[in-house]
Amino acid sequence: MDFISILSIFVMACFVGYYVVWSVTPALHTPLMAVTNAISSVIIVGALIASAAGGSPTAKWLGLIAVALASVNIFGGFAVTARMLAMYKKKER
Amino acid sequence: MEHAAPPAWVMLAYLISGVFFILALRGLSSPATSQQGNRFGMAGMLIAVVTTLVTHEVASLPEILGAIFIGGGIGWVTARKIAMTDMPQLVAAFHSLVGMAAVLVAAAAFLNPEAFGINGAEGLINPVSRVEMGLGIAIGAITFSGSVIAFLKLAGKMSGAPIMLPMRHVINLGTLAAILGLIGYFTVDQSPWIFWTITALAFVIGFLLIIPIGGADMPVVVSMLNSYSGWAAAAMGFTLHNTAMIITGALVGSSGAILSYIMCKAMNRSFISVIAGGFGAEAAATGGPAKEQRPWKRGSAEDAAYMMQQAESVIIVPGYGMAVAQAQHILREMADVLKKQGVSVKYAIHPVAGRMPGHMNVLLAEAQVPYDEVFELEDINSEFAQTDVAFIIGANDVVNPAAKTDKTSPIYGMPVFDVDKAKTVFFVKRSMGGVGYAGVDNDVFYMDQTMMLLADAKKMCEDIVKALQH
Repeated sequence: MDFISILSIFVMACFVGYYVVWSVTPALHTPLMAVTNAISSVIIVGALIASAAGGSPTAKWLGLIAVALASVNIFGGFAVTARMLAMYKKKER
Repeated sequence: MEHAAPPAWVMLAYLISGVFFILALRGLSSPATSQQGNRFGMAGMLIAVVTTLVTHEVASLPEILGAIFIGGGIGWVTARKIAMTDMPQLVAAFHSLVGMAAVLVAAAAFLNPEAFGINGAEGLINPVSRVEMGLGIAIGAITFSGSVIAFLKLAGKMSGAPIMLPMRHVINLGTLAAILGLIGYFTVDQSPWIFWTITALAFVIGFLLIIPIGGADMPVVVSMLNSYSGWAAAAMGFTLHNTAMIITGALVGSSGAILSYIMCKAMNRSFISVIAGGFGAEAAATGGPAKEQRPWKRGSAEDAAYMMQQAESVIIVPGYGMAVAQAQHILREMADVLKKQGVSVKYAIHPVAGRMPGHMNVLLAEAQVPYDEVFELEDINSEFAQTDVAFIIGANDVVNPAAKTDKTSPIYGMPVFDVDKAKTVFFVKRSMGGVGYAGVDNDVFYMDQTMMLLADAKKMCEDIVKALQH
């Protein structure tokens, strides 16, 4: 992909993000932060590429540490979000 | 890795992953759809990870699975154990990990550019990729060190008071300018020292930016760091030409930015003044020696119980003090007893109540308060005029009428609850001595219809419940 296509995706995604986030109810702003935290750990993709490749042992180890750090976030972020969301209950009627 | 574009299905898989992340956030528009949204998020992550693993020659699968297992295990256990009051520091700690991961990935890309397919002619890294990597490592490093400081302040391991260095604005702007200059220079000269100097300066600036910011401004800081962690992921997405990372980065970046904006607006502060820091320090200096003593009335748990039983409607205004006293469960019990006796009970939550956006809502949800009894500022504020009792527990600045009337007040212009319009006001507070974060006196204490309930919030609620059941 050339730079302009990537930039287009990025700019469009910023707009999508803007509208989607404004539609999030304020009561769920803490879960929003927890889940955005989890999904920003998609950076694990880069970490996996680094740790999978041969060539530079240093890069591989940096990648592996990054995989571990991102995994803390992915598992922790989604689990804590799920835990919080399960607590939101409607009135019993 | 060669430079040929990856197969179409791989690009599609990353795109689907990105779309699933959008759906994850979309689900949060209502508590009813939120759990499904979270599952979309998990599915998106699974797709991204599996796609990466199957499309790369993985020389070291056991090590990778080991890293995922160790990291994932730590994350899982932490998420299970963490107390809801500690959410802000957990989120800050998680932000620091994203930042560090971005730094490590950018460093790995610099050391082994072929693996990432970003090397151009003669073994040099493409200039555009160098800018992206430079930005990625700088934002990642700022996110890391800034979040570590935010974590230490929120966890009480470091004083929440602002630490003011002399000349800090000059130092900060100079460091930022140096970082940007070096990233520019990095495009013409790929020497390692430039890359590592950018990294080191970014770690320092993240630290310097957060130390002067006081405890009350932490909701803005946590949101801002949330935003940075997104931009760091996006920058690395540009380097890797990865759609999932770019979409996610943009989503998280905008999310954090919007939350920062909402928080600033709820405090009537500009983003620049929050970042410039020092709010708590200035307020302590100006608001310290108070005005003349004014008469106020002290109420008892029995008074509160009696008045609320007689009332038709009660609005509870909880603040961070309630969370500190761990009073949310007994508060909900109090509301349950009142509801059984036919009183309408609602909760009113200010956007900056608690230590992060939406923190108070989570604490009430944990105490099993139904979310449809909890209202936001603009939805409930007009109701105070028709309300019999406003019950303020652990909040202070967010009910201070000075924000509406006193132009000299540090909180002037901040949207506040009109509790002064309620027929009766109960103000649960530890003592008359303490003031809110802004350090200003509150006229609500001295109103004719106000009774101060001076006690620990949890103890007071327990006593009221006892009195209600008599």
